[in-house]
Amino acid sequence: MEIKEYEAGSFDVVVVGAGHAGSEAALAAARMGKKTLLVTINLDMVAFMPCNPSVGGPAKGIVVREIDALGGQMAKNIDATYVQMRMLNTGKGPAVRALRAQADKNMYHEVMKDTLENEDNLTLRQGVVERLVVEDGVCQGVVTSTGAIYHAKSVVLTAGTSSRGKIIIGELMYSSGPNNSLPSIKLSEDLEKQGFKLTRFKTGTPPRVNKNTIDFSKTEEQPGDEVANHFSFETPDEKYLDLKDQLSCWMTYTNSQTHAVINANLDRAPMYSGVIEGVGPRYCPSIEDKVVRFADKPRHQIFLEPEGRNTQEYYVGDFSTSMPEEIQLEMIHSMAGLENAKLMRAGYAIEYDVVEPWQLKPNLETKVVENLFTAGQMNGTSGYEEAAGQGLMAGINAALKVDGKDPFILRRDEAYIGVLIDDLVTKGTNEPYRLLTSRAEYRLILRHDNADLRLTDKGYDLGLINEERYASFNEKRAAIEAELDRLGRKMITPNQADPFLQKLGMKPLKDGILADHFLRRPEVHYDDVISIMGEEVTADRRVKEQVEIAVKYYGYIKKEEIKIDRLKRMEEKKIPERLDYTKVSGLATEAVQKLSKINPQTLAQASRISGVNPADIGILSIYIQQGRIAKVAE
Amino acid sequence: MPTVTEYDTITAISTPPGEGAISVVRLSGDQSIEIASKLFKGSDLNKVASHTINYGHLYDPENGSLIDEVMVSVMRAPKTFTREDIVEINTHGGIVATNKVLQTLIGSGARMAEPGEFTKRAFLNGRIDLTQAESVMDLIRAKTDKAMQVAVNQLDGNLNHLISNLRQEILDTLAQVEVNIDYPEYDTEQMTTDLLLEKAKLVSQSIDSLLKTATSGQILQHGLATAIVGKPNVGKSSLLNRLLDEDKAIVTDVAGTTRDIVEQYINIDGVPLKLIDTAGVRETDDVVEKIGVERSRQALKDADLVIVVLDSSRDLEEEDRELLEATSDKKRIIIFNKDDLVHKISPKNVDQLKEDDIVLVTSAIKNDGIETIKSTISDIFNEGIEDNNSSNVIITNARQAGLLLQAKDSLNEVINGIEMDMPIDLVQIDMTTCWETLGEIIGESYPDELITQLFSQFCLGK
Repeated sequence: MEIKEYEAGSFDVVVVGAGHAGSEAALAAARMGKKTLLVTINLDMVAFMPCNPSVGGPAKGIVVREIDALGGQMAKNIDATYVQMRMLNTGKGPAVRALRAQADKNMYHEVMKDTLENEDNLTLRQGVVERLVVEDGVCQGVVTSTGAIYHAKSVVLTAGTSSRGKIIIGELMYSSGPNNSLPSIKLSEDLEKQGFKLTRFKTGTPPRVNKNTIDFSKTEEQPGDEVANHFSFETPDEKYLDLKDQLSCWMTYTNSQTHAVINANLDRAPMYSGVIEGVGPRYCPSIEDKVVRFADKPRHQIFLEPEGRNTQEYYVGDFSTSMPEEIQLEMIHSMAGLENAKLMRAGYAIEYDVVEPWQLKPNLETKVVENLFTAGQMNGTSGYEEAAGQGLMAGINAALKVDGKDPFILRRDEAYIGVLIDDLVTKGTNEPYRLLTSRAEYRLILRHDNADLRLTDKGYDLGLINEERYASFNEKRAAIEAELDRLGRKMITPNQADPFLQKLGMKPLKDGILADHFLRRPEVHYDDVISIMGEEVTADRRVKEQVEIAVKYYGYIKKEEIKIDRLKRMEEKKIPERLDYTKVSGLATEAVQKLSKINPQTLAQASRISGVNPADIGILSIYIQQGRIAKVAE
Repeated sequence: MPTVTEYDTITAISTPPGEGAISVVRLSGDQSIEIASKLFKGSDLNKVASHTINYGHLYDPENGSLIDEVMVSVMRAPKTFTREDIVEINTHGGIVATNKVLQTLIGSGARMAEPGEFTKRAFLNGRIDLTQAESVMDLIRAKTDKAMQVAVNQLDGNLNHLISNLRQEILDTLAQVEVNIDYPEYDTEQMTTDLLLEKAKLVSQSIDSLLKTATSGQILQHGLATAIVGKPNVGKSSLLNRLLDEDKAIVTDVAGTTRDIVEQYINIDGVPLKLIDTAGVRETDDVVEKIGVERSRQALKDADLVIVVLDSSRDLEEEDRELLEATSDKKRIIIFNKDDLVHKISPKNVDQLKEDDIVLVTSAIKNDGIETIKSTISDIFNEGIEDNNSSNVIITNARQAGLLLQAKDSLNEVINGIEMDMPIDLVQIDMTTCWETLGEIIGESYPDELITQLFSQFCLGK
């Protein structure tokens, strides 16, 4: 029987999907004063973690801090629900240090759901969106399977792996969203009808086992940190969990027997039998993939991670597989500590639709349908943090669009979020995209410790940072600047420094030296300088950290700043929107094709498109100079 | 990683190639004055008034050696051709000195300008109008395509191979550092600063030996060592005179007139040649001649390029064969001279020729084919010579040499950083820069290379 449609209300912004992207998008729009609706297939899966129970890590952890500095929720949510916190890469430089938390999966969901429920301007509703309302190329709303028509000025789609999702376990294959949830089928069909180019990606998740059946004595413990750290700049150190209250992770290894089981059953592995057509990520291969591709590696690390405090379920990390369940059992039982482990959920591969991201503008609005935004896994990324970062940006831009304001775009030198989105919309991706520190050109500038200094102003201007927080941020910033200024003027005399140097077995000073120059020495720290000057250390630890980094790595920071300065000048050169590249004489054919497809907004973006060479940029820059573009744009 | 090239400081020789009394090397961009002042001894260029000419000397900052006595014009933005800071260095002409200046400027941080780039900047900064600029665009396209072609031709050999190997070495290291950063908990081998230091020194040595081929003066300073050989009376001296456009060598019909090695520095279309006219390599009992022959053999061995002159009007004789034999491992131009007389031999019936020999037919008396010799030599010079004896690559152009110097600078920064106890991910910034600079030499800098390497080299993921 035909479903009767009905008018279900008008909103400024409608967000479809309440995963990590959708939650951020809806909160941002609502907090920017927009009447917002968040529709999702299953309310019990809000901010659900279908894969690993953790947040953060290299690059990703920096994104979480950036989300926080822009007034997003992810950092606060994990700070409220973690069971373990670790700072990674502490032996390396400040640019690559990264915070990672193990999450209580259920609590993470509950706390986020609660936050959404209590947000002003925000309506949370269960429903399956089946099509868009589009008039004259402009999105006006959505329609659900129950016939509800929601009108909207902007729509954000964050459908994740639900989009025509298909779960594969060995020979078994069925239509499903993540973790046996309802898939979204009709929305994909509607997007194709609207003219979107979709492609198939694949990802996977490992099996889960019962904690009570793991022999931990055969594994290595990985405890959390004793030293306090949180993701949000607003979470005070006092709230940090004692180490004894944190849960550990455990490590074991695959072995020759595991590999033998895998090799003997490759004909039943969907990845190799040709069942899976989606493109999987290189950085997150299934265990069968690792064993085949790195055949000479005798063993692979496996991490056993708790899924929460109120469950015995353990995640078998780095063991993603789509082997038949029977084989998965055999594989698990071959590993030390897991000989008698009871399987709770089998690992699976999931295939889903992705909107090829070159169809997006840098504000995440689609080029195909106006006022329509997409974010998260749907845009070809992987990872909760990547999704949340995009969701926040899509929510902000959807809200700005409602008001007819300029889009909010972060440059590559401003945030990892900027790197992520620019990569997606400029280069596209042919596999699920994961952020890596090596994707950022200016990673010494894009640190996790200075995310607030980079982005709080912007969050405040958008209305996502409240006055109180902004005031305390400004205090911190002023303290850093004042201290840097002071150390740049204060002299340290040989008399002051010598006892300290002597203790370290260093040569005494010949002449006085500016305090900041003294601090540049590798063996000297901020506290040393202050006590050498005969003063008490009073500065906040976050202020000290900034001062020390700014002084110690001055030379490297300067180098990156010079590069950034040039980048900025090129980002300022805007390319007019509907430019007909075929009319620009002298451009190489490949460049014309690529430029026409991507439609870059700035000269800098154009220069990053593969297949567009410096000569093309030279020609383009001449054409767009001084409004003379009109001549060719007509 | 994408490199922004639009606003860096560019340089080029702005006078036409060849022998003017004065050559001008121009710099444009923010850092023009800073870069020039690194080389210049005289007034402090950072402090001199705009639009002044300053007398002084240019030194190589690498080793402190004198390059040339120069006049340097400093013109500060905006009242300049490009509306950027411009420095013009007037040298004493001569391709050797001018190239050296250019190379040193590139080594100190300037980038070799693309064709038409000064004009392009003039347009972008509103200095000239569109019609002028449009012709520049044609130039950019035409020259870039040609330049890319030339670059490819020039590089399909040992240099490309060598640089690619160096880059791969660096890339392996970078990938190792990256994997340690992005996957800190994996049991992959840790790249330590010790290992990185070792690698940096290794690459630096390779670059040094490459640079030596350019700076020890084999080519840039002393010209292309070119031996001209031929049995007596094949017309060697007449050819030489034609090349020189003057009667400097004695032209005679008596065999053996050129007794010893005659070294001459000449300039053909702006290309410096160290021309070695040899006595030949025939067997002889004459003591004096024997010494000459010995020297000739040595000279042949040292030569970058050998011109073997044959006489079209006489049959191939024992001495011709010996010469062809003795030079078979060299880069050669084989000249069939006396084309005006009745042919006894031709390129078709001399089977000692190698596939990569460049064969030319001339008549020195009638001045036929002389221009072709000149252009061939100049092509060889510009493309760089690879010594067939060994895998030694000879760096011949200022751009390559300059970039190598930059790459070496980055490696020095790596080494300094390690000595300063900087963390590996910072030290790595300079290693990456070195890798990018080397990529520029061979025209490769794919931003995604590193990520691809990461995933092919290591087993990663959950």
